[in-house]
Amino acid sequence: MAIALLIVLPLSAGRDMRFAGADGAARDQVTAIAPAYKPWSEPLWTPPSGEIEGLLFTLQAAFGAGLIGYYFGFCQARFEREKKI
Amino acid sequence: MSCRGVLLVHIAEGFLPVGHAVAWSAVSLPFVLHGMYRLKSVVRRHPETRLLLATSCAFVFVLSALKLPSVTGSSSHPTGVGLGAVLFGPAVMAPLGTMVLLFQALLLAHGGITTLGANAFSMAVVGPWVAFAVFTLCRKCRVSLMVSTFLAAALGDWATYLTTAAQLSLAFPDAASGFAGSMLKFGAIFAITQIPLAIVEGLVTALVIDLLSRYSSRELVELSLLKERPDEELADHDGNRPLDCPSTLGGA
Repeated sequence: MAIALLIVLPLSAGRDMRFAGADGAARDQVTAIAPAYKPWSEPLWTPPSGEIEGLLFTLQAAFGAGLIGYYFGFCQARFEREKKI
Repeated sequence: MSCRGVLLVHIAEGFLPVGHAVAWSAVSLPFVLHGMYRLKSVVRRHPETRLLLATSCAFVFVLSALKLPSVTGSSSHPTGVGLGAVLFGPAVMAPLGTMVLLFQALLLAHGGITTLGANAFSMAVVGPWVAFAVFTLCRKCRVSLMVSTFLAAALGDWATYLTTAAQLSLAFPDAASGFAGSMLKFGAIFAITQIPLAIVEGLVTALVIDLLSRYSSRELVELSLLKERPDEELADHDGNRPLDCPSTLGGA
């Protein structure tokens, strides 16, 4: 309810904004402060595209959500079973 | 939207100078080691809470994967460590949080291996400790479980970001105004963006705690979050019983 609102509001309010990560802004800030700085290492592996990255994030969320759902299902079942006793 | 070379919540690969990266890793390491030790002892003392522990970890996974838009026009993700910190104490969140960070660094190019120490410090050490401290303080002041959790999770989230801003400011002090100047700039980016996200995190965590107190009260009693009261009159209209501070769990 409130949570959905908090997320929907900025999306609808900032329709023209690009919603890049806070990263982009931070990275620009780093560049602004220390233009000579260059990252000295690269990630071992990067997702081939934005879509794949989205997929991986989704998988991560889905995996976690699945576990959480399992736990609550387990608790609910236990609750019901114990109510009968 | 690629995460390569960007600083979403966590500092991206290679964006912290070597010295800093090593230093932060050295600072985080004792916390992670201590956390692993505490993890073992928690599992040993409360074996029936293992599933809940896994769920807390899953919570971090989920929230770390959710990029949410913010009012400033950028997006970021909440941390999710508040739940575990409130339930199990902040110590165990160090290794758990680091594990999630490692996963994200390796598979999502989000955060980094070189910056793992720094990111772990902000998200797996400072975040949980702040959350736990806020929670304990609230409970001591007899604040309700849900409100305490909300404040703990929200402020913990915010503390994580402020720490990240501070880490970046230490590494990249402004040419003119030094650390403070950088802190203002980085802080402005992270801190303001995070306000709605921290609130969302607080709300979600409080919701989960509420659900847990209803359906998983046994584990919460086990963890000293809830106290079993023999007299039902003390339960409020929600059926929640008056709660106790986790005095036995958590802490250093």
